[in-house]
Amino acid sequence: MIKTRDIDLTLNGNHILNCVSVEIPPGKVTALIGPNGAGKSSLLHTLSRLQNQDSGEVELAGRLLSDYAFDELARHLSVLRQHSTIGSRLRVRDLVAFGRYPHNKGRGTAADDVIVDQALRDFDLGELASRFLETLSGGQRQRALLAMNFAQATDMVLLDEPLNNLDLRHARKLMQLIRRHTDRGRTFALVLHDLNHAARHADHIVAMKNGEVFKAGNKAAVLNSDVLSDLYDTDIRMVTVEGELLALT
Amino acid sequence: MSTGSTPSSAMIRSMLAAGALLICVVSSLFIGVIDMRPAELLSDPEAMWLLSSSRLPRTLAVLLTGVSLAIAGQVMQVLVQNRFVEPATAGSGQSAILGIVLMTLFFPGSSIAATMATASVTALLGTLLFLLMIRRLPPQETYLVPLVGIVYGGVVGSIAIWLAWQADLLQLLDVWMTGEFSGIMRGRYGLLWIAGVLAVFTWFVADQFTIASLGRDHARNLGLDYRTIMALGLLVISVVTAVTIVTVGIIPFIGLVVPNIVSRLHGDNLRYSLPLVAWLGALLTLLSDMVGRLIIAPYEIPVGTVFGVVGAAITLWLLYSKPAMRQA
Repeated sequence: MIKTRDIDLTLNGNHILNCVSVEIPPGKVTALIGPNGAGKSSLLHTLSRLQNQDSGEVELAGRLLSDYAFDELARHLSVLRQHSTIGSRLRVRDLVAFGRYPHNKGRGTAADDVIVDQALRDFDLGELASRFLETLSGGQRQRALLAMNFAQATDMVLLDEPLNNLDLRHARKLMQLIRRHTDRGRTFALVLHDLNHAARHADHIVAMKNGEVFKAGNKAAVLNSDVLSDLYDTDIRMVTVEGELLALT
Repeated sequence: MSTGSTPSSAMIRSMLAAGALLICVVSSLFIGVIDMRPAELLSDPEAMWLLSSSRLPRTLAVLLTGVSLAIAGQVMQVLVQNRFVEPATAGSGQSAILGIVLMTLFFPGSSIAATMATASVTALLGTLLFLLMIRRLPPQETYLVPLVGIVYGGVVGSIAIWLAWQADLLQLLDVWMTGEFSGIMRGRYGLLWIAGVLAVFTWFVADQFTIASLGRDHARNLGLDYRTIMALGLLVISVVTAVTIVTVGIIPFIGLVVPNIVSRLHGDNLRYSLPLVAWLGALLTLLSDMVGRLIIAPYEIPVGTVFGVVGAAITLWLLYSKPAMRQA
């Protein structure tokens, strides 16, 4: 579980985050939504210590994030940035296997191999395993990065627009996989742009606007026509079709 | 971690590689101004003396230099996250030479170890400055980094030349500006073992360098202390650069060409590729040195010049050919 208290962040003179206090509840899927430039990615970066906040505190499982050693944190929390490019010529399997590095420090065991193989299967990468990353399409590369993240198998997972570049089938598979892993007790926080994915797969919603938490709560509280129309400054209607919440935009 | 080849074919390839290097090493021992045949080693004490005082030290020096320069180049490419830089052309080498010139000016007659230490420090500072400079470059402009490196190296090198010219040291400067092994004798190359040790050390932390090459955020996510590994890399680059320049002079292109060839063929997982980088660095440097000894015998062409020609050709090939897309 992650909790923040009064996070402020200014980058190059711009106020990015303004007194953000937010909770990512454990064992649930939390979706971060909001218009462009709302501070969703920056919040994710401060939650994962990729970016240090100017003031305020982040707590992971009751301990200050700053108290964790680098390698210790990597066993509890993982993060995948948006637009992660990798310049190195690595094979898919080698990249995914690096997800185990925080746990095995490079001395992989048979158990690590099992986890890596599972991650490759989960993302349909079996046949691409010995290919170099640069020979893959954007969606395949995204799947390889996600597989590395799943091989890391941390309790807390932060993913910035994980559906980027994924086709319909793999997008759905990813969300189902996240659900299965959440049911096993892991915690996910995802930046999502597609409200329908959020409506369908998230348990908890954090809506951000102008560097502040606009509204946070369960689906019913946040994903309704009034809140969303205010959040995005455009008309959005939430309807229920065949028992599923749908956003009409 | 499959590399796509069966163990037996991998073993055969390693043995072939080791064999090729061994043939070159033995040949190198018997190439020189004084004609010496293997059989004479048993009968002629002079021959044994020649071997142990000149030929063997020279060959070992070439091997150590080739290995450590290639690995330092690889490390620099990881730190900078750009394939087209190497210490000899991006300011590290020139900073080391500047350090040597300063030592010669202000502390003439200081020991070679002290000179090397100073050169290491100036190389470290020079490389650090380069790293800070290229941070401000737009990341998508891949070719700006080596260009800035060449310009920066040129500026630092000019300062060294100007200082040397002021102090009438230009001739001495030439010793460090062109790498060659003809002066290597027993007792004159010991410092190179430091470079060799650093090369081995690099292989021990190969995984960390590979993870660092994924970029800061991926490295952080995987729990790597990014600053520490950057500092270690800087240390390897500057000490290897300083040691090789103090002992044999600057040899450009090895650090650039060798890691690029290996990357083309085997990718960048350094755990597997570093031994190949070391092997190819040793082999190409030794071949260049032997060619330099043979082509206008009994005179010599400096290894830096030979490798400059070969290296330039290989670099062009690297720039124009597509990387291997094969699966295995």
